Amino acid sequence: MSDLFQDYSEAAGRTGAYDEMFAPGQKARQSYGQVAGALRELSLADVSARADSMARTFLDRGVTFDFAGEERPFPLDIVPRVIPANEWDVLERGVAQRVRALEAFLNDVYDKMTVVSDGVIPRQLVTTSAHFHRAVHGFEPAGGVRVHISGIDVVRDAAGTFRVLEDNVRVPSGVSYVLENRRAMAKGLPEAFGQQLIRPVEEYPRRLLSALRKTAPSGVDDPTVVVLTPGVFNSAYFEHTLLAGLMGVELVEGRDLVCRGNRVYMRTTAGEQRVDVIYKRIDDDFLDPLQFRSDSMLGCPGLVNAARAGGVTIANAVGNGVADDKLVYSYVPDLIRYYLGEEPVIANVDTFRLEEKEAREHVLDRLDELVVKPVDGSGGKGLVIGPDASKEELEALRKRVIADPRGWIAQPVLQLSTVPTLSGDKFGPRHVDLRPFAVNDGDDVWVLPGGLTRVALKEGSLIVNSSQGGGSKDTWVLAGSPQVPVERLPQESVTVRERVSVWPVESNWRDRQSEQQQQQISDTQEVTSNA
Amino acid sequence: MLSRIAESLFWIGRYVERADGTARILDVHLERLNHLPTEERRSVARELLGVMGARPQSDDFGLEELLHALAYDKHSATSIAGSLGAARENARRARETVSSGLWESLNTTYYGLNQHRKDVVGTYRFCHWVLERTAMVSGLADTTVSHDDSWLFLALGRSLERADMTARMLSTRDVLSAGMSWVNMLRCAGAYESFLRTRRAAFGDQHAAEFLLLDRLFPRSIVYALSDADECLAKLDPSAQRVGFINDGRRIVGQARTFLEFHRTDDLMSELPEHMERVQKAVAQTSDAISRKYFNQADELAWVGEVS
Repeated sequence: MSDLFQDYSEAAGRTGAYDEMFAPGQKARQSYGQVAGALRELSLADVSARADSMARTFLDRGVTFDFAGEERPFPLDIVPRVIPANEWDVLERGVAQRVRALEAFLNDVYDKMTVVSDGVIPRQLVTTSAHFHRAVHGFEPAGGVRVHISGIDVVRDAAGTFRVLEDNVRVPSGVSYVLENRRAMAKGLPEAFGQQLIRPVEEYPRRLLSALRKTAPSGVDDPTVVVLTPGVFNSAYFEHTLLAGLMGVELVEGRDLVCRGNRVYMRTTAGEQRVDVIYKRIDDDFLDPLQFRSDSMLGCPGLVNAARAGGVTIANAVGNGVADDKLVYSYVPDLIRYYLGEEPVIANVDTFRLEEKEAREHVLDRLDELVVKPVDGSGGKGLVIGPDASKEELEALRKRVIADPRGWIAQPVLQLSTVPTLSGDKFGPRHVDLRPFAVNDGDDVWVLPGGLTRVALKEGSLIVNSSQGGGSKDTWVLAGSPQVPVERLPQESVTVRERVSVWPVESNWRDRQSEQQQQQISDTQEVTSNA
Repeated sequence: MLSRIAESLFWIGRYVERADGTARILDVHLERLNHLPTEERRSVARELLGVMGARPQSDDFGLEELLHALAYDKHSATSIAGSLGAARENARRARETVSSGLWESLNTTYYGLNQHRKDVVGTYRFCHWVLERTAMVSGLADTTVSHDDSWLFLALGRSLERADMTARMLSTRDVLSAGMSWVNMLRCAGAYESFLRTRRAAFGDQHAAEFLLLDRLFPRSIVYALSDADECLAKLDPSAQRVGFINDGRRIVGQARTFLEFHRTDDLMSELPEHMERVQKAVAQTSDAISRKYFNQADELAWVGEVS
């Protein structure tokens, strides 16, 4: 190993976390063999040059996120995160299971609420959730799916066990970086691909489009799908353009849409055109000024009624946020048992419900040892890490928890697993999490092999959010058997309206060659005949 | 296609062409300005800015300010940097529609804007760099975007702006006191060699002007650019085939073109600035008409929701 990894083991040992690449004692795990071999060949100058070139490419291609009005490239580290086939198998089953349970839960919550009457969770818990929307109570969403797209965050604890950290079934973002990272890595560290089969990620857009079309309102043969973005200033705008572009559908803003007679239309140069499926990338609160925030200019008035009347499919369904509530999260293992009759494949992180008096007292005594999170937060907003917080911060937190116990949960501080990450002139251990993405078309939950590995670039930091200085890594899922790396879509799922003709490159090239030869021959003949 | 996207594409076409035209004009005029004594240089700089459709921000307007106003001012749609920035912003908004080649070339051009020295010498190099970049953007637009409606809006914006820029360039001849030679004028439009090949030795002011105004085969001549715009408009709206034009844009473009085509060159030359102003006005009106027909939705933006 080149001196880039000097002292790495020692540093990794100090964190007390599970290192994804090195087993204790400097030896690379088997799944990392190829990557370690490739890195071994490189000097520090090589590695920095490649990292720079990857960053430059991201800026040129506009692979950026918006941070306080400034477009920044999302930092991509050169060392991938590798997941062996057997571990991925567990994650894949676990994520799909969770999505099925949450889907069942949402259907129930907006209908009969048997989960409450059967005493699995308290009614209070559902109805007090900030994202429980009565406006969508009592109707079946067009296409029958609520959680089309989900991103279930998982982490690995010090013992190396995967655990679910939170569920995102509203507007999970980050899949665009999964697609872009893979392209960048193929150019940045081609040697590491070598002998192993890495499961491809590029079929995500087709899977997504296929699921969106499949869940269109009934009676629509050839549904028109659009992606709805809040606009160019949204931090995930790049992702919206990428997904719309890769699916070949329009990217619309609220002002491009108009609702009439419970149908939705978009304004085009050829007049208004009906829209059947909307992949919304706007929070519910801004979606429809008639139902939610009346000051929102981002959405389109009438959307919710159109969805309720079955005139349009909105993905993900309005009101899904109740399943993202972190207090509900603490019940998900029970929900899996209740709806599916199965044991959870991936465990939750241990969670204290601060509503419960005993737990609350226990937590208030140990605030400096725990992570306390707001139940309706996302992106790490409002979270307090006890060991890192000052006395004043803890005191303020204590008051807020006592004032609103429903609003908070507490978890032990997890030493998230680490992966070597380039920092300055050497590799250091940095904490990572993982967001696998799943697409649900109503019949099947497909999990994208890989997902977004986010990495905290600051030494020792556990916060991986891009808005707080996090970066990402390409996530490689190794194929178990070389026979099955390429997955195929079900044939009938997408109607191809215009067939793209592909040139037979090989034969075409020969034709041109023979054409030229023919020319030469005829030239020769001409010369001959002239003579 | 979405009206909003069509509008973005149209403006990408216009802004890129504007950057190209401004770079050409600036490049040739800088050479002349440098020969002039300081006082005269100041007044010529002001006049040139006026021809480009802007006003001096302060009384203290000289060569340096001209460079800023026409080349580097990121906040002005008259300058090269401003135009390229605006083109890039439009492409960002229409990113899923434009090809990645087109987007990336605009994006890298935008990031390259700051890497130039902002003095006179640096500006020469800057202008040439801009010509190369815009040629690349245009080329990628032509070869990587399907020639459907999306490309037609791009090409429409480009040809309208081109007619406008050539008209402005021709106006600079009379406005600027020292008088531009027609050789330089042809060079401005990248037309010198084409002109020589077409007219051989029969070289005179009259012929040069004719070439830039009326040549039907040279892509930067006004008549060529207006015909191009007309063709795009016809393809965008194939409904009007037999009689008349409901399409305001086509009517205005057609009138402007035929007005030039059926005038005697002598007459055009004697009142060149007026005619050039007419061309610019026609371009502005056409742009408005296109905007009304294809892009405008402001008045429809009233709420049409129903409460159940």
